[in-house]
Amino acid sequence: MNASLSRRDFAKGLGGIVLAFSLAPALAQPPKPLPGSLATNKMLDAWIRINADGTATVFTGKVELGQGILTALAQIAAEELDLPLSRVAMISGDTGRTPNEGVTSGSQSIEYSGTALRLAAAEVRAMLLDLAAVKLETGVGQLRAADGVVSAPTGKSIAYAELAAAVDLHREATASVKPKPAGAHRIVGLPVERFDIPGKVTGKVAYVQDLRLPGMVHGRVVRPPRYGSTLASLDDGKVRAMAGVLAVVRDGSFLGVIAEREEQAVKARVALAEAAQWTVGPELPDPARIFEHLKGLPAKVEVIGVKQSPVDANAKVIEAAYTKPYMAHASIGPSAAVAELKDGKLTVWTHSQGVFPLRAEIVKAMKMQSADVRCIHQEGSGCYGHNGADDVGLDAALLARAVPGKPVRLQWMRDDEFAWEPYGPAMAMQARASLNGEGRIVDWNYELWSNTHSTRPQSTTGANVLAAWYLAEPQPMGPPTSPPQPAGGGDRNAIPLYDFPSQRVVHHFVQDMPIRVSALRTLGAYANVFALESFMDELAAAAGADPVAFRLAHLKDPRGRAVIEKAAQLAGWTQSQKGDGTRGRGMGFAKYKNLACYVAVVADVEVDRVSGRVSVRRAFAAADAGLVINPDGLTNQLEGGIIQSTSWTLHEEVKFDRQGILSRDWSNYPILTMPEVPKVEVALINRPDERALGSGEASQGPMVAAIANAFANATGRRIRDLPFHPERVKAALS
Amino acid sequence: MAVSLKVNGAIRSVPAEPDTPLLYVLRNDLELNAAKFGCGAAQCGACTVLVNGQPVRSCVTPIDSLDGAEITTLEGLGTIDKPHALQRAFIGEQAAQCGYCINGMIMSAKALLDAKPHPSEDEVREALAGNFCRCGTHNRIIRAVLHAANEMGRT
Repeated sequence: MNASLSRRDFAKGLGGIVLAFSLAPALAQPPKPLPGSLATNKMLDAWIRINADGTATVFTGKVELGQGILTALAQIAAEELDLPLSRVAMISGDTGRTPNEGVTSGSQSIEYSGTALRLAAAEVRAMLLDLAAVKLETGVGQLRAADGVVSAPTGKSIAYAELAAAVDLHREATASVKPKPAGAHRIVGLPVERFDIPGKVTGKVAYVQDLRLPGMVHGRVVRPPRYGSTLASLDDGKVRAMAGVLAVVRDGSFLGVIAEREEQAVKARVALAEAAQWTVGPELPDPARIFEHLKGLPAKVEVIGVKQSPVDANAKVIEAAYTKPYMAHASIGPSAAVAELKDGKLTVWTHSQGVFPLRAEIVKAMKMQSADVRCIHQEGSGCYGHNGADDVGLDAALLARAVPGKPVRLQWMRDDEFAWEPYGPAMAMQARASLNGEGRIVDWNYELWSNTHSTRPQSTTGANVLAAWYLAEPQPMGPPTSPPQPAGGGDRNAIPLYDFPSQRVVHHFVQDMPIRVSALRTLGAYANVFALESFMDELAAAAGADPVAFRLAHLKDPRGRAVIEKAAQLAGWTQSQKGDGTRGRGMGFAKYKNLACYVAVVADVEVDRVSGRVSVRRAFAAADAGLVINPDGLTNQLEGGIIQSTSWTLHEEVKFDRQGILSRDWSNYPILTMPEVPKVEVALINRPDERALGSGEASQGPMVAAIANAFANATGRRIRDLPFHPERVKAALS
Repeated sequence: MAVSLKVNGAIRSVPAEPDTPLLYVLRNDLELNAAKFGCGAAQCGACTVLVNGQPVRSCVTPIDSLDGAEITTLEGLGTIDKPHALQRAFIGEQAAQCGYCINGMIMSAKALLDAKPHPSEDEVREALAGNFCRCGTHNRIIRAVLHAANEMGRT
């Protein structure tokens, strides 16, 4: 059946009959789930509404985290709707208004929300055209839509504004209207400027930190000395008497204060901390033995990626072990939220990555009904994964409960964020491989030890927000979970993309969490790609092969080969180039999650052998993210990942001792500064006929490996423990 | 208690204690959003404003130290409709991801360009060494500052 004919007939009122016919073949087979997030949010008007003025309002459950996603999604919707970008308004992440798309994470927004919007918008446009065909008395095939106006060859035209009232989008999407082919794209693929940047560079309200509601007051919280502590006693008389203090809020071991003015709340927090006596929780593990400690904890063992083939008994066996420390998200702006309890209804403005999951946790912790809690996304400082955003949402809600009718703004102080955010887990990796006489890898064994990489809201059966564990009626976290392969959690990118005849990968999913952990950009991929790609270079060296040639010799995937070749070409890679003791270059490669964007990076480093300082001078990257929606946005994400990875690799490690977390400000958690930043060149391989692939976390893994390999190339010594701080470098060179 | 401040050319009276950090007064009393709380310890630069043309960390600057001083915030440079050359360059280079650090970047860059209209790339990097960016937008920020310097040099 001709799809456009059936739509026209539908518009003429014959829909019932046509619908019966068109559904008949589908009924014979099990129903196929709709693509992307349409599978879980089927109604067209949940995604798109055409307004009386001819503009479109587009709804997405995904949220802006500074990655430019709302602009990219608007491009997709505008493209399929044939509307100019200026007439598309985005509404995102609001439990009262938008589809529930879970968490904005894992570089999946273009794939899930983008797919849903592309198909929904194509269908809405088709419906508008059908309607226009009736009104213009023309066959739908002869109509053209552009800039929100449908024109017939007769010269007659009709604007979306005139069709808006008659088009009923309150129906389930069918995903049956084919979106435009890439060749017809006019908005997708353009480096359009992001909507949010002009406001951000001129001081407009852009962040949840900037919200200023009538009658708003200010909260601060007081956290215990370390995990698992309980509030033994509190003498808060002096605090209550302080200027501007409206309430001291205590629920079990959750403690906070509310004041008229922000600086009053900040002062009261200091006094309240002095007024509190804690029974401290268990000591932390010895940091000097953290990896042995983690390896000794109970773990679920999963064997993945197994390939079997006989191994030559004469093959040369090479082994290496690698580690990665706990790393902080370390957002520049500490997490914040505004909450208001009014007439029994709670509203929380939050920069959470998932407003629906956060609502579920708040409902659980505060024993409320879902219908009485609304969470609305408002951007925060970049989060790079699960930082304090959700926790501060519940904190603010608990404070707001003490002053009904008054919105409470709570921003964590710097040490709240550093000491209490859930870190990216410490990981240990062990690799063993066999090289045959021709210098080919004939066997590969890889084991990793890691905690979970997600304790996000709703990731376990228990409560997954900080304050819930400290309330008078505490609600503990449930058993940790890990996303399954192929995406994986701690084992993300643990299975090599290379073609080895025999391999075995073991994921030791460590259950106990002596230090709070959760999702940090890339999950396990950063550490696994570091280990895997460092080891590839170690094997290349053992085989006497050039690192690039060695990779290509073991990789069939043509798109993987293409990015490796492109990055090498961009960098002017020369075969088996030796470092001179201080300068060297190295390559790293991965296909993120083994499912998403391909990235290869060449890094140039310089090592100061006296101070032990490693400088990364330049990085050359090639990426294949399939169909490119916004080349500038994509480049920005890849560049950002490369620089962030440089910071992680050279500097970052959460410091702690048995008594608690020591990284509490930027002096004990240094990050990369402007003079240290490498110059970055990115080449995109656009594949308009391929699916758009997630890319926001794709370059970090390849970059750490490129740096590690460049260091080894420069100095002839290999560092297998992150970060590459000066003491470690000096030890390696001595 | 009220303290008088001169912000973006206008005298403003604020009902705050003399030891109040300027940042809270700017944000909450004067409703100027640009300066951001980052660390409260003069480490990260997100709260940077200009005091008599010099970049200052407003999170640790008590308002009673600002008697008679000219305070300039990002809002004082330009608006969406009439942006300053630096703001225009940051938009042009799309020099922001989350953008939380950008206030400090632009204000530190403003102080640099006022003192040295044609800085080298290394001088830009040094001038912004105390402003932290976590998204990895550094190279775009450097390009934006150099671009603005060029543009300002032409007028």
